[in-house]
Amino acid sequence: MRKQLAATIEELIQKDSTLVLLYGDVGTYGFRRSQAQFPERVHNVGILEQSMVSMAAGLSMQGFTPVVHTIATFLVERALEQIKDDFGYQRLGGNFVSIGASYDLASWGCTHECPGDVGILKNVPEVEIVVPGSAAEFDSLFKQSYRNGHPTYFRLSNKSNPASHEVEFGKANVIRVGKRATVLAAGPMLGRVEEACKDLDVTILYYTTLAPFDNETLRRNLAGENLIVCEPYYSGACAADIAVALGSRPAAVSYIGVPREFPHHYGTMDDIDKLFGLTASAMSATIKKILSNNG
Amino acid sequence: MNHLKEKILRAATAAQEGHIPAAYSILDIVWVLYDRILGVTPENANDPDRNRFILSKGHAAVGLYVVLAEKGFISSDLLKDFGKFESPLGGHPDRLKVPGVEASTGSLGHGFPMAVGLALGAKIKKKPSRVYVIVGDGEANEGTIWESAMLAAHHKLDNLYCILDHNHSGDGAMGPGNMRKKFESFGWHASSIDGHDQKAIHAALTQRVLGKPVAVIAETVKGKGIKIMENSPEWTHKYPAPEQLETMAQELRAIKDHA
Repeated sequence: MRKQLAATIEELIQKDSTLVLLYGDVGTYGFRRSQAQFPERVHNVGILEQSMVSMAAGLSMQGFTPVVHTIATFLVERALEQIKDDFGYQRLGGNFVSIGASYDLASWGCTHECPGDVGILKNVPEVEIVVPGSAAEFDSLFKQSYRNGHPTYFRLSNKSNPASHEVEFGKANVIRVGKRATVLAAGPMLGRVEEACKDLDVTILYYTTLAPFDNETLRRNLAGENLIVCEPYYSGACAADIAVALGSRPAAVSYIGVPREFPHHYGTMDDIDKLFGLTASAMSATIKKILSNNG
Repeated sequence: MNHLKEKILRAATAAQEGHIPAAYSILDIVWVLYDRILGVTPENANDPDRNRFILSKGHAAVGLYVVLAEKGFISSDLLKDFGKFESPLGGHPDRLKVPGVEASTGSLGHGFPMAVGLALGAKIKKKPSRVYVIVGDGEANEGTIWESAMLAAHHKLDNLYCILDHNHSGDGAMGPGNMRKKFESFGWHASSIDGHDQKAIHAALTQRVLGKPVAVIAETVKGKGIKIMENSPEWTHKYPAPEQLETMAQELRAIKDHA
């Protein structure tokens, strides 16, 4: 997805003279052509995420469409107040594109991990949250929304689903329809969910925009009495949205996602997925257990 | 200036809101900006290529509001309801509510980097517009102030003016030291002036130095004009009783305006 960011920027910056990219000394090689061609609109700002976000707000005030890019924890957790005050409160448009989703950078340790991004930004009014499941989906969702006048967060991951879908900003996809339960997959969880549910008669819904949350698609497609929400970030980050979407509909809701604990392990993201039971086979067992316990 | 100071005094006292001493320390600077430097009026306030002013130390907002009222951006009547539920004017300014307010500041250390972004934006657009930002000396504790100082010099933003309102608010914790030397060492053109001398303010804010942003260290007095308030930590967030308010108003009226 990161390569796609560079490619998408390279394409858009040619035709959109309002686009400005600010990045925090990561991905320099990918942006080299854009930077060489448009040095006034592509800046490796340095390692100062808070000022980078405020600067982007100033550029937005000047009529530009800023894109700010760095590792998720530094963008969301370090510069959170800048996103809140300078973009949310001031109602300015801009784009925050992260890499290093959850524990993509497992070997670097927990200082470089950010499973909190979605839940944290859910608490900032005005901010839109997009979690693409593949490079092609990022390209499409970014192009649909990057100039919509809102602050929009794009969570890019090294983990992609095996197949891309036609995705619409703000709208969930119905992947398949079943009778026994509803399984909701966010972004890069879809591949694992499809694998885990391959012999189960369940409805699978696919969410790539998490804010605004598409209540309607969930409400209209509930199957059975169980709703299982599968998220690649801290589990339950969208629980408040789910509750609102369900309203008075009775449903047993379960959450499968990253637990709120520091793994204190290095290794790869696959290692941490195993640790947290987030492989397709472990998720299959969990889903089957939920369904047998809850009828 | 003194009638504006009286307006601040009455508005803040009526509302029991707003930092009177901080508003007084910036007042001469804000006045000179709107009167003689910015060229921004209610008529051209939405011109995309206008000069911009950001009050990074947003808690001095009432000092900005009286100048905006005096210049016709907002009605003076609004000052009476300062801080009330329906009022567009609050303890920190809201750019979506107050014509002439460029940024919703309040949390310290945000306005300066936003000004850097505005100045960079003007450069990208190849427009001659300039950006002015007032930063407090207490605010200069924030890391983003130093990040911004580096960024502005690195990007050669000679359309950016940072005015440091050195009213010694920060001395109780950690004063900023010699800010002129510090800005110079960061690659800025820097000078120190009496922040209540409007001629000196005007001269400092009309300098242009090719390739360098301009820092102006304005030596100011918190509560300037009301003796009991001047440099008094007690008055940072305090309001006079009715009788004392009238005595203060008389004291202000007796000062000869040197503007």
